[in-house]
Amino acid sequence: MLDFLNRLDRRWIFLLMALAVAVPVLCKPIFPEQPSPLTRKLFDTIEELPEGSVVYMAFDYDPPSQAELGPMAKSFVRHCCLKKHKMIFANLWPAGPPLVDENIRNVVNGEFASENFVYGEDYVNLGYRPGNQVAITQIATDLRKIYPTDATGKNLGVLPLTRSFKNIFDADLVLNVSAGYPGCKEWVQYAGTKGDLKIGAGVTGVQAPQLFPYYPDQLVGILAAIKGAAEYEAAIAQKYPQYADPQKNEAIKRMGPQLFAHLLMLALIVLGNVVHVANRRRGGVR
Amino acid sequence: MRNVVPLVIAFVAGVTMMLALFVPVLQPLQERASVWFIILAAIAFLIGGTNLLLHHARKIAQQEAGWGFSAVTLVSFFITVFVGLAKWGVPPSDAYPNHPWSGNYITEGAPLWWLYQYIIDPVTSTMFALLSFYVASAAYRAFRAKNTEAMILLGTAFIVLLGRCSAGTFLTSWVPESLEALTFPGATAVIMAVFTTAGQRAIMIGISLGVAAISLRIILGLDRSYLGADE
Repeated sequence: MLDFLNRLDRRWIFLLMALAVAVPVLCKPIFPEQPSPLTRKLFDTIEELPEGSVVYMAFDYDPPSQAELGPMAKSFVRHCCLKKHKMIFANLWPAGPPLVDENIRNVVNGEFASENFVYGEDYVNLGYRPGNQVAITQIATDLRKIYPTDATGKNLGVLPLTRSFKNIFDADLVLNVSAGYPGCKEWVQYAGTKGDLKIGAGVTGVQAPQLFPYYPDQLVGILAAIKGAAEYEAAIAQKYPQYADPQKNEAIKRMGPQLFAHLLMLALIVLGNVVHVANRRRGGVR
Repeated sequence: MRNVVPLVIAFVAGVTMMLALFVPVLQPLQERASVWFIILAAIAFLIGGTNLLLHHARKIAQQEAGWGFSAVTLVSFFITVFVGLAKWGVPPSDAYPNHPWSGNYITEGAPLWWLYQYIIDPVTSTMFALLSFYVASAAYRAFRAKNTEAMILLGTAFIVLLGRCSAGTFLTSWVPESLEALTFPGATAVIMAVFTTAGQRAIMIGISLGVAAISLRIILGLDRSYLGADE
């Protein structure tokens, strides 16, 4: 047995991982979620903003992180629509703009079609700009220098929402969905440090530990990975019962596969260590 | 001359950006430098594309190992660039219906949108998702409690892995609320808020000092590695 485990073909592990993820994806088990304090703080910040507040949606991610960050971006847009906040979308990742379009199409003009949100008055899509942290610095000083027009080429001066929007400090809140560089850390360092700016973040699991030092002074809240997104969906569902149906909540649905993948990882770590101890006892250190 | 000009540009831009933080009169110069940087960043895409083209064209021409992949890369590259630049299949915008190129290049249903939605999105997501298989394999083969530090790491990983999924909540649901820190989610929060944050602060301070030192060396022309390997 020990020899078999020592020589275990890694393809068996791949198969187990595939099953651990695929079976829950197909069976759709739902597990209860409770918002953590970090999530609750961010939810309350958006909830407590007066109706019609301007929220700058900095969606800095692209398809590889879509599975992890897409649900939290959608939840942010959904929550802002529920509160009738004005939204300014922007993106610093070259492959990201279609994901912003998707949120606008599916949530602002899809789920909330009956609200008749008007482009230019209720929301604006600025599109993509290169420049990373330098672009953020420009957004923090003079938005028009980097975004003279929106994503469709309309002058920001003729759009009611952006007409008097000089820089990021005219926003009541910045919601940043970040997959890496440039992302939340750069928003804190190059925009947040220039003045009084509220920033809320939704980030990948890898990035989250790097951002904890910024909470609660520089960041009003952090959603960490798919778990954070699920907690945020739970917070929305608690406040707005029309979203209590788990099938409407992507992240909550994805916590099933995550649970089984985590349990498999734990089982593999335990098994690997049992094999390690057994090998040492047998005298053959591997 | 080839070396002096970039060094002067780096010195002037660096000093301007630094001084502008303290001297408001210099702020317009700082903004101008920022705009130039953004223009250069956009031009870098052209350089990147050209480099990709030359690199793979050379591999195909010399029939190096894996040249077939280079061919696929170049074909995909040309198709994407053509479809995007020509706005192929993009209907005109509502505002300018008589101008065939007035529509948004990524309009839903257009070929570039199709490429993004059904090729770029799933392919890049799949590449990222493959990590889970390798992490699982590594968990079995490499995550061994060989010494005290490894055991501490292992214990922490156990708590966090359980604390970040429903199993942790379920397993310690019997713990009274006053002892929340002893639950898996509670312990995870403590690890993140205390140990991780403390460690990250130390790392951030160290990195910041390093960045400041390197920046000064670049501004003063002591570090010329950005000019290329020969410098």
